[in-house]
Amino acid sequence: MMRRLPWFVFSACLALAPVAALAESKIPLKSVPLKSVKVDLPDDRRMFPDGPGADAVNGNCLACHSAGMVLYQPLLTKAQWESEVGKMRNTYRAPIDPKDVGAIVAYLAGIAPGK
Amino acid sequence: MIGDERLREPGFHSSRRRFLAGAGAAALGLASPTTFAEAVVELPLPGGPGERPLTRAFPQKGAMILQRTRPPLLETPFEVFDQSVFTPNDRFYVRWHWAVIPAEIDAATFRLAVRGEVNQALSLSLTDIQKLPQFEIAAVNQCSGNSRGFFKPRVAGGEWANGAMGNALWTGVRLKDVLDRAGVKADAVQVRFNGLDQPVVADGPDFMKSLDIDHARDGEVMIAYAMNGKPLPLLNGFPLRLVVPGWYSTYWVKMLNDIEVLAEPDTNFWMKTAYLIPDTPHASMTPGQAGVKMTPITRMVPRSFITNLKPGDHLKFGAPAHVRGIAFGGDTGVAKVDVSSDGGKSWQAAKLGRDEGKYSFRQWRTDIKPPARGDLSLLVRCTSSAGEAQPDTPNWNASGYMRNVIEQTVVTVG
Repeated sequence: MMRRLPWFVFSACLALAPVAALAESKIPLKSVPLKSVKVDLPDDRRMFPDGPGADAVNGNCLACHSAGMVLYQPLLTKAQWESEVGKMRNTYRAPIDPKDVGAIVAYLAGIAPGK
Repeated sequence: MIGDERLREPGFHSSRRRFLAGAGAAALGLASPTTFAEAVVELPLPGGPGERPLTRAFPQKGAMILQRTRPPLLETPFEVFDQSVFTPNDRFYVRWHWAVIPAEIDAATFRLAVRGEVNQALSLSLTDIQKLPQFEIAAVNQCSGNSRGFFKPRVAGGEWANGAMGNALWTGVRLKDVLDRAGVKADAVQVRFNGLDQPVVADGPDFMKSLDIDHARDGEVMIAYAMNGKPLPLLNGFPLRLVVPGWYSTYWVKMLNDIEVLAEPDTNFWMKTAYLIPDTPHASMTPGQAGVKMTPITRMVPRSFITNLKPGDHLKFGAPAHVRGIAFGGDTGVAKVDVSSDGGKSWQAAKLGRDEGKYSFRQWRTDIKPPARGDLSLLVRCTSSAGEAQPDTPNWNASGYMRNVIEQTVVTVG
């Protein structure tokens, strides 16, 4: 077994060696200790702005994702929003009550971008 | 309609209940409601909206453009690309499909499974993996939908500007070496990769991606435990992520914990239905075009950007102006980068920076002489070492994938 060399010896080699040579190396270039990690992921409890259908949107959409990206969409047609809501229901299996679909689509088609 | 109880606990769902029971509530770490608006950035997206918060609320991350909190979509502010050829880990963009993301990983008990059409199924600890021959490669990781917000007409999706990409030196082991240890059977056709993230909805499609067996064993596809010499940030896939040099990031599965060798082509949703592009030159079609044959997105294409000038910056007339930036060849190296200050009638070659490997960003620089006072449009064009140049017209498809048109930066000369 090769003796573990101090990091600066490898660093000096790294500076000179072409990348292709590095890729062929069979010895650890630099040890990367992997320690357990625990983090807090922030949440965003922002509701959709008030308006007709807002309750249906808040009640169904926020279960899977926060509001941000929806509010950053460009101006989309009602047909495009129908398709998006359909994708959420049929592809991603969002448990949206069929009775709410019309209100959700109408709300989304009615919001101006950025509002 | 979902009751109020769920709203108080966003993402709450039956599968999440099970996950909580199995992994412990701390694993989700969804404790802190956070105020994000540290500052606001304006992305120049046609038709808007371009305003986004700049946030430092995410663990192991510096200031990032907040596209979505849950599941996280964080964009790299573009000025970061001017600072170094490698993108710092704490500024590297983040993109998750499902909100159930473990927030706690125990390095001692983590295992990577290798199973399916193999002679010997494996359960590898991080120590086992670090004992394998080490491999290192510089490679660009770019979201399939990077720059989607610039599509005209606009399309639905994550409305990124150009910052859903990054370049890192990835350290880990070759996937080939791991597969060889398991012994791939003769009938293997693909290898499927799964990570620890889970659908919020019990029957939602778990995020998984597959590569053909020959690609998986090409000696370049690797399992990375470090980027830029440090462990991956959790949101970039700690402890392990697949690295598929030259291919879009959708294949670079994060928090990789399961490798399954398949005897049949993978037909899971994320291979068969999602991440498809028109099977046409530049993945381009016209809006509303019917009957377009679709195919999975795979290799990246050349791109280049000016990083030291923003739209609207002022240059002095009569003096040479320094222009610099980054380029990448896609799935091969950068042969040349050219700059035009006359709308593409003439081009001058930029000087290329150090070659960090063919899958890396390549820095470039040149001096231009502004030809007249007033608005000046600067164009930059990368030609890959395979001879593929960026096109001068933008592509379009309904998913907003694979943009690589020649970029234009309009500055003012006075």
